[in-house]
Amino acid sequence: MLILSRRKDESVIIDGRIEVSVVDIKGDQVKLGIKAPRDVKVYRNEVFMAMQAENRAAVSAPAELPELIIGDSDTSSKSRS
Amino acid sequence: MTVDTKAYGEVEVDERQRILLPSGLYGFEGLTDYILLDARQRPFYWLQSTQVREVAFVLMDPKLIRADYDADLDPQDLEELHLEGTGDSRFLQFSIVTIPEDRRGMTANLQGPVIINKDERIGRQCIARDDRWCVRHNILEEMASTGKDAC
Repeated sequence: MLILSRRKDESVIIDGRIEVSVVDIKGDQVKLGIKAPRDVKVYRNEVFMAMQAENRAAVSAPAELPELIIGDSDTSSKSRS
Repeated sequence: MTVDTKAYGEVEVDERQRILLPSGLYGFEGLTDYILLDARQRPFYWLQSTQVREVAFVLMDPKLIRADYDADLDPQDLEELHLEGTGDSRFLQFSIVTIPEDRRGMTANLQGPVIINKDERIGRQCIARDDRWCVRHNILEEMASTGKDAC
């Protein structure tokens, strides 16, 4: 892994088209600004990892599926957590 | 074409059931060629890889889980599928369903819908910009209630 030191308001350029800058530093939190072409997808790593993990869990579905009854289900309001 | 499916063994499918996912699915980036099948159990579908028999995903319409479902998709995602918006007549959206051993615990991924252009038969797994949606919504609980917040 390439490790670079940057100060606030400094940035790095990736592949000549993606700019990642340090916008703010507060305690252990760093705010990053990312300038990239529209076709470059940028996500928080947690989101990306959650998608991968969920797809891996989903792929082990049993071949025999349950039936879902659609329609007049209970429509009373419930609180969710 | 004949496809070896996880759910039904070898089945004959029409070319029109074939869906190309050029970027694959998250965690399955190398698999891009799928067929979309009606499951025998309503309201589910199978998204079956034509390349690997064991790779098959259960899909369903997220609107059956939450009538107010709107992922707030990135317009760029729709553009890449040549869709003019979610109202485009070629627009299809599905949620991937996870079914644990105890089926009451089955969940739908409302954060990462699979969006398909049904005429061009191309699709991609998008990420909802609306943060109400997460990767695990209990389907039976969602369908039984009308609450607003999800995660």
